[in-house]
Amino acid sequence: MNATLDEYARVVGQGVIRQLRQLAKPLQGATVVHVNSTREGGGVAEILNRMVPLQQELGLNVAWETVVGDAPFFACTKTFHNALQGVGSAAPDSMLDAYEQTNQANAERLRGLLDAADVVFIHDPQPAAMIAHFAGRKGKWIWRCHIDVSHPFRPVWKYLRNFVQKYDASVWHLAAFAQPIRHPQYLIPPSIDPLADKNVALDSAELDRTLEERRLDRARPIVVQVSRFDRFKDPLGVIRAYRMAKKYVPLQLVLAGGGAADDPEGARVLEDVQTAANGDPDIHVLLLPSDAHRTINALQRIADIVLQKSTREGFGLTVSEAMWKERPVIGGDVGGIRLQVVDYQTGFLVSTPEGAAQRIRYLIRHREKSREMGKKAHRLVLENFLLTRQLRDYLTLMVAIRNGARERIEL
Amino acid sequence: MTADEGAKPDTPLSIKDCALITLATGRRAMNLRELGVALGDAPLNSIYYHFWGGLLRPSFADPEYQNDFAGWARQSLHDDRLAERLAIVDPTAYTDLEDLRRDLIEIIEERLEESELVPWAKREQQFTFVESQIVVFDTEIRIDDPAALVDLLPTLSPGSIFYHFIDARRRNPEWIDDFRRWLKGFGERYDKLTQRIGSLDPHFGSLTEMREDLSRIFRGYFEWERL
Repeated sequence: MNATLDEYARVVGQGVIRQLRQLAKPLQGATVVHVNSTREGGGVAEILNRMVPLQQELGLNVAWETVVGDAPFFACTKTFHNALQGVGSAAPDSMLDAYEQTNQANAERLRGLLDAADVVFIHDPQPAAMIAHFAGRKGKWIWRCHIDVSHPFRPVWKYLRNFVQKYDASVWHLAAFAQPIRHPQYLIPPSIDPLADKNVALDSAELDRTLEERRLDRARPIVVQVSRFDRFKDPLGVIRAYRMAKKYVPLQLVLAGGGAADDPEGARVLEDVQTAANGDPDIHVLLLPSDAHRTINALQRIADIVLQKSTREGFGLTVSEAMWKERPVIGGDVGGIRLQVVDYQTGFLVSTPEGAAQRIRYLIRHREKSREMGKKAHRLVLENFLLTRQLRDYLTLMVAIRNGARERIEL
Repeated sequence: MTADEGAKPDTPLSIKDCALITLATGRRAMNLRELGVALGDAPLNSIYYHFWGGLLRPSFADPEYQNDFAGWARQSLHDDRLAERLAIVDPTAYTDLEDLRRDLIEIIEERLEESELVPWAKREQQFTFVESQIVVFDTEIRIDDPAALVDLLPTLSPGSIFYHFIDARRRNPEWIDDFRRWLKGFGERYDKLTQRIGSLDPHFGSLTEMREDLSRIFRGYFEWERL
């Protein structure tokens, strides 16, 4: 059961919800379609799971569709994903054929819905090429990029740009990710849902149960990184940092993550992580199902420190999740993590396993400072990274783009 | 009775709210020379944003410098002297943003002339020019009596504060906020109140803090009036 706007008002205040209702007035009855690659696993699906019902409650006529594809298609889009984040490998023609054919098939499958839409949001590269099959579209089409594209592998970006530039606008997490394209490029950071199972308050019995189930010792500090098993999340670097810090403080490390339906590489990375853990009883590698939200919530709450030591990161929702739970975060000094971790205020930004190890030791040693950082972190998320702020940005974008994207729009 | 004692503004104060959305302009600078060149043809809206947009961005502590150019000079170019010169530029002192642009470029050129090397930033720390679109909507709240703002102000959204206290300075011919402009419609009656509002520094604080400061000024004024 999804939470209603009134329930969000209890977290963010009535004023925020009143503003959303006013912004949604000119969009009443507008047909909006979101298309992405998966309904579960990963940040995009998570956001859409919550965003779509709230947009509906605000009076918009919203649908959410996913692309249907086979293994070669997802292998291609994973190559795109890596390449856009700077790890270069060109996609061979056979892969590109699979990509374009799958997009064409999905375009035909969704034609009726998309032809009738006033606004279409296409998320990430997987469905990006569908636009080529809607030459006479009447609605506004927006490409939403959730990836760190600050230094893409050029040949792959050049290929995808052919599709992206056909859109009426695009949306990026940060200005540093935006690319030279001749259409409006909006900047909207993503958000977390304070009422989702992953973020709601948990009672101490549930936390104790998690400690027991996962065989974690409350008496020794716990460091947690929650993220899918992806090389850009640097789980091997986290293990190195843990080993360096453990020489000085008695630590336990939890690496918890799930696979995503559109990520064929996850199993290989998990294998590497297990090899690196090398049977250390204080390293807990947890492959969780995609619906293990309360477990993740509990792990973040029992953590003394949360890590997100990514080397590339579109945004890193797990950072805001941990901050919402008043945990200081040691994050990689990349992408959207920089927006959330205010160095020395809500956590630390690091560039190496050595840096992470050093900060782990500092936070374990300075407990009061750690608590203070946690409280600041919570406030930063409350004001900037909750779902209601992202919802407001989407409504503003839709109003702006339907009004000719002028600098000032008076309703 | 003075001539304007019974003066009233033509219209009630119409309370609006706004939402701002930011856009990348595609302009970037990796060194000071590039910043000067990009400033030369950046949209005025973007220059405006880099002075005031910080109010609507995620931030935690008081920023060290009150505009993005100064912040970048300090944090990415590590040029404290330049940062201090840029930080002191007060956008409220300009009625024409073109003049503001010209003065910024002048400060940069002066610094380039002083420097043996052009200050550079790391690739990851380029200055990215951003601009914004503002969507303004009517809250349908109308105020006839300034005293009513005592209770209303603490309930206004940060968006309303931004619209009436910051954005207003671009819209109003006198380059002042909406509250003062409306109060002037009462003739001299609220001169002391407008002076107090005028003395409120719009820098060095969040929108929430500005709301608190404005509330305090109105509450203080009308409580004193009643004595």
